[in-house]
Amino acid sequence: MLLTETSDGNRRGRHRSAPALRLRDRAVRLVEAATTPLMPADYLDLFAPLRSGAELRGRIVSVEPETADAATIVIKPGADWAGHVPGQYTRVGIDVDGVRHWRAYSLTHGPRPDGHISITVKAVADGVVSSHLVREARPGTLVHLEQAAGEFVLPTDGGKLLMVTAGSGVTPVVGMLRNLFPVTDSGVVRLPRSEAYDITVVHVAPSEPDSIFLRDLQALDAAGMIRLVPRYDDVHGVLDVEELETIVPDLAARRTLACGPSALLDALEAHHAARGLGLTIEQFRVSRVEAGEGGTVTFTRTGVEVEGDGATPILDAAEEAGVLMPSGCRMGICMGCVLPMKEGSVRDLRNGAITTAVPGETDPAGVKIQTCISAAAGACTLDH
Amino acid sequence: MTTITKKAQSPIAHLTPEDVEEIGRELDRIRQQVIDSRGADDAAYIRGMVKTQRYLELGSRAVLLFSALPPAWVVGTAGLSVAKILENMEIGHNVMHGQWDWMRDPKIHSTTWEWDNASTAEGWKHSHNEVHHTYTNIVGKDNDLGYGIMRVDEDQKWVPAYLGQPIWNFVNACFFEYGIAAYDLELGKNLRIPQEKRSPEFTRRARNTLRKIRQQMTKDYVVHPALAIPTGSFLPTLAANFTANLVRNVWSHSVIMCGHFPEGVETFERAAIPEKETRGEWYLRQMLGSANISGSEAMHVMTGNLSHQIEHHLFPDLPSNRYKEVAPQVKALFDRYGLTYLERPLPQQVYSAWHKVVRLSLPNGFVETTTVKNAPQQLVKLFKMVTGDRKTRRALQARMTQEARRAQAAKDARLAA
Repeated sequence: MLLTETSDGNRRGRHRSAPALRLRDRAVRLVEAATTPLMPADYLDLFAPLRSGAELRGRIVSVEPETADAATIVIKPGADWAGHVPGQYTRVGIDVDGVRHWRAYSLTHGPRPDGHISITVKAVADGVVSSHLVREARPGTLVHLEQAAGEFVLPTDGGKLLMVTAGSGVTPVVGMLRNLFPVTDSGVVRLPRSEAYDITVVHVAPSEPDSIFLRDLQALDAAGMIRLVPRYDDVHGVLDVEELETIVPDLAARRTLACGPSALLDALEAHHAARGLGLTIEQFRVSRVEAGEGGTVTFTRTGVEVEGDGATPILDAAEEAGVLMPSGCRMGICMGCVLPMKEGSVRDLRNGAITTAVPGETDPAGVKIQTCISAAAGACTLDH
Repeated sequence: MTTITKKAQSPIAHLTPEDVEEIGRELDRIRQQVIDSRGADDAAYIRGMVKTQRYLELGSRAVLLFSALPPAWVVGTAGLSVAKILENMEIGHNVMHGQWDWMRDPKIHSTTWEWDNASTAEGWKHSHNEVHHTYTNIVGKDNDLGYGIMRVDEDQKWVPAYLGQPIWNFVNACFFEYGIAAYDLELGKNLRIPQEKRSPEFTRRARNTLRKIRQQMTKDYVVHPALAIPTGSFLPTLAANFTANLVRNVWSHSVIMCGHFPEGVETFERAAIPEKETRGEWYLRQMLGSANISGSEAMHVMTGNLSHQIEHHLFPDLPSNRYKEVAPQVKALFDRYGLTYLERPLPQQVYSAWHKVVRLSLPNGFVETTTVKNAPQQLVKLFKMVTGDRKTRRALQARMTQEARRAQAAKDARLAA
């Protein structure tokens, strides 16, 4: 009833909007008073987890196999999804064996008419999340999302481009190409805005059957939309960046966009820098933190750095160094000492278990650790 | 009950220090086994529980909008009572222990959870997780033993004021959530300090607690009854919410009494706890200081699996749904080392705990020396102890203790013969 009055107030003119807002505010506070200590959202989430105003989530619509170990996951994002530019990525939070993991994935479809988004995932060895998404994820599952982000996007002004992709680095490029050259049942659609682009794709993969999106690329090549240069390690040998000038004769005239493993990107950067060529790169996987014995613990808010050995709880080491730490039972029971770790690894002194936080992969707010039973296992950063 | 170190026959005299450390290693092994197998099923369990609780609370509160109709009142009140019990016991208590922190879900995490109770999550985590679980059953350190207002041990000197403790205990049961809030704040201790000398930390926490109580009261006694005005159900809804809070309070009080108070549970002397207690010694204290409740699956859930109090005290941060799985292993360990695994059905444990409350409200030996026949004389004695000065009391107590000892000796002789 109160909400109706609010909209009524809006209709009557601007001078009513302030009281109307106050009324709306009061209505919200009334609902909060009825649900405390929970928030109204906690109840609404039971019925409409994808509604506007909810935390950004998505529901898996389908899981479509691409190759033996890769699949495209189509997701219906929540109402507040703000859209994306082809080439951008999103961070997906998904529960694997009951534990929430976050990973960044390229969006592999341009904005679609049905509003769905998709990511394409290749299961990597020891990849907890990628294996889960490719092999276990089922339609209907709720996932957590962040708004699309990333600077690795298609230049809007067209021009001559070289896209170098390796392995699953093809995914943002496919997102861009699908947006430029939509494929329907009757073939590739020629859009006027796509005519300004002249694109060569050098696609690197270990072998032909391992290539995700190869069929898509081949179809575009056959239709004359792009020039595709496939490079298979088992046929052509591992790509040496020096060969680029041979396989792409007009290399100097093109801007390069590259996405792949760090070794390839490093080599490309050196190669292009030496020749003064334009290069935009995207790298997904940051190098793994190797858990060691002890390390420097950095506290972000105070800027204090504490040297922790591998056998001393971070709590003790930090207090020794004069850091004011939350603490409790000091034996791993009471959770009074929990702090978010933004980056790095710690070892649970009770059982040796390693907990690792990787920016961009684990929870953006940090992985919460018990400082009283955790010792530094390499350098780590705590938000405190 | 007497603290373990003052007992003639200590129940742990037969254990060597090596035994104690071996027990510790065995329990660590059991703990690790659960940690290694935590997974999607456990996550589904707690999420399902949270969901069920929220549907139940919503549904019950919706029914109570029509609580002017007696059947709606009964159904709604029963549903809301169960919802509040589930929220406090199986969800809130366990989430705040960090049992579900491993899921890394910020919505079900010990650092973010706030519960449907007068006590704040912050206050509870300090007094319960930190003090009670670390110093379990150490007289004078663990305030859960009698909440600082009751006589819980023969060694505490009896004074006439303790005669009222069955009544206090009952009142505490009815308003348990406020009792807990007061005790989380250490209200008694802090109020004795002059206002200007109280710590700012206490002032801050007291303010938070008052705000929480105001919010809780507004919800149950203002907002929801007001929403029911259109059906003429203001008062019935208010009464229903009061009843649900009462039921939750009495139930949680009973379960908690059963955990550490029944006859046979050991208490410990502060001075006898080593400065650096080993993991094994700590485990052993938890084993001796807790009691289980046996019963149905539904009873276990309604107690928040505190029916597995022994397992909970050994492994306070393991998911509650796994306690029943480790219980047989823990029990086997008790048997192997000749320790008593206290486990009885709920009515017996509640009776036992209340019996102790009543027994300790009276002078030592009073219950043991009183029969139907000598009841009048005993009452006269008690009257003298209450009205007499300290000297009279001491003399009468000495005589009573002696009589009790003699009665015990006669009983032993009869049994031997």
